[in-house]
Amino acid sequence: MTTVDHSAELARAGANVTGWASRTLFLANRYPLGAFGAVIVILFVFAAIFADVITPVDPTSTNPAKSLMAPGGQALMGADFMGRDMYSRVVHGARISLAVGLGSTALGCLIGVIIGLASGYLLGWFDLLVQRVIDIMQALPLLVMALVMAASLGPSLENTIIAISIPLIPNVARVIRSNTLAIRELPYVEAARAQGMSEVRIAVFHVLPNTLAPLIVLATAQLGAAILTEASLSFLGLGIPEPHPSWGRMLSESAAEYVRTAPWLVIFPGLAISLVVFGTNLLGDAVRDLLDPRQRS
Amino acid sequence: MSPMTAQIAEKVEAAPRRRSIGEVVLTVDDLQTVFYTRAGMVRAVDRVSFALKAGETLAIVGESGCGKSITALSLLRLIPDPPGRIVGGKVVLEGTDLLSLSEPAMRKVRGNRVSMIFQEPMTSLNPVLTVGRQISQALMMHQGMSKAAAMERAVEMLRLVKVPEPAQRVKEYPHQLSGGMRQRVMIAMALSCNPRVLIADEPTTALDVTIQAQILDLILELQNQLGTAVILITHDLGVVAETAQRVIVMYAGRKVEEATVEELFARPLHPYTRGLMASIPRLGLMRNQTVETGRLQEIPGMVPPLFDLPAGCAYAPRCALADDRCRAEYPPFEEKRDAHWAACWHAGE
Repeated sequence: MTTVDHSAELARAGANVTGWASRTLFLANRYPLGAFGAVIVILFVFAAIFADVITPVDPTSTNPAKSLMAPGGQALMGADFMGRDMYSRVVHGARISLAVGLGSTALGCLIGVIIGLASGYLLGWFDLLVQRVIDIMQALPLLVMALVMAASLGPSLENTIIAISIPLIPNVARVIRSNTLAIRELPYVEAARAQGMSEVRIAVFHVLPNTLAPLIVLATAQLGAAILTEASLSFLGLGIPEPHPSWGRMLSESAAEYVRTAPWLVIFPGLAISLVVFGTNLLGDAVRDLLDPRQRS
Repeated sequence: MSPMTAQIAEKVEAAPRRRSIGEVVLTVDDLQTVFYTRAGMVRAVDRVSFALKAGETLAIVGESGCGKSITALSLLRLIPDPPGRIVGGKVVLEGTDLLSLSEPAMRKVRGNRVSMIFQEPMTSLNPVLTVGRQISQALMMHQGMSKAAAMERAVEMLRLVKVPEPAQRVKEYPHQLSGGMRQRVMIAMALSCNPRVLIADEPTTALDVTIQAQILDLILELQNQLGTAVILITHDLGVVAETAQRVIVMYAGRKVEEATVEELFARPLHPYTRGLMASIPRLGLMRNQTVETGRLQEIPGMVPPLFDLPAGCAYAPRCALADDRCRAEYPPFEEKRDAHWAACWHAGE
């Protein structure tokens, strides 16, 4: 019989994890895919924050001499037909994508949580009314809904965020409502009532925290979808207006005319979109596992 | 006295009698709670009255569905409406009628002056909040304590209910505690505001037998320290014998017998109470009393559906003593012996 290495087993279980550095390492070990996703997301966040520092050229400045230049020494990812540096534009595009993604997800979740919690907790005619409105909203696909919103609000950064957040509301409200319906019947809610808590306090203090885990999973999935929707809207010309560098708009400008002659104009923005969506999805899965209190030790 | 009641009487003797019993804190008068269902109106609690003194333990016993839990919930006005409603009676706590209070005023009573321990310690705590936060929320709400002061008191309460390493435990989540520990946390929560009345709804039913005795001892010890009046709801007559001073036996929503523990176990008057006592399993019975065919006694039949009660005594269909009068006329709840009431035409026969 082989001897058991107790210290190695303990290390595997995370017994000697102290401080944030070793905690991070431990978590990265346990959720390698999540760590990979986190690295991608962090890279994009850094790119967005330090976009001005890490790019040599202004993303909107044109240079006819560089028009349609292939990737190389002078332009890392090439240049578009106006001679704008693609590397600068892709990096600055991270700003737009993340701002729209985070902004619309946060806004959509906030409104969705309020509606879902109120609907599932109050029930009665309020619930009935809200659910029918949500049914109507869900009958339209996310992109169509966002299109309608964007077209009626007009193209600007703020309006794009609002346009994308509105189709997210029904999804969030549904999930929160169904969780609320289950949680409001649990014994600890009755125990809280026996402690003299008001219904509003019970909803916020006891029900809401229990719906957060599914909300975060949903939010991270929606984050990817929101970034994708922004790209689609901009691709269709309804999203972020010129001259802001948006990945979706970069694709739409180049796809039709230059995909054969200058494929780098399509490849790099497309790669950026795919990577950031992939990263947020991986991170979201790991966050879900991590947030389950039953798995905390 | 039969051998089995003699065994219970031993337990009664062993129960602590030293506590000081004070003045009346809670009076329940003619309480009536009904449920409106598709099958008809259910009188879940039908004209139940009792008084409770400070430091006293009152046990309410009966089968499942006899209305004991609904009585407890009615005291706190936690009956879900619809389908239920308290339609009559008074619940007077130290001079105030709880049934006439506004809902916000009632919230100040719950968990503060009257609190409750539930049967299920595994699900009565919120899984995503730390134990400390859950204990301190009542303190912050009712006593206006700051977060830090409430947390400090939570540690103190956990020490009081004998949770080891309370300073560590307050930071833990319910799933990290065992069933017995969770019930201790529930007790700490219930007692944190030093209530006048503690309602314990089958506090030990979901626990291991070894833990049950510890939890009961703890409740009694704290009751002694704090002078709280306890309403103990149970179906376990052994628990009643060990803990209570007075007992109410309920059947089909009504009180059928009330007496001190000693009196009830020595001279049960209602045939239903006697049936309950006879159906307690006893080791001695299996060895010696082959006279009774060696089988455990049971009460024949079931509790009648509450929306379709017979005109007379609700127990008559299951009662060996029942006659035409029992089936036609409900017996009055009368004092049959000194401080011993029963509702039966054949009490003591």
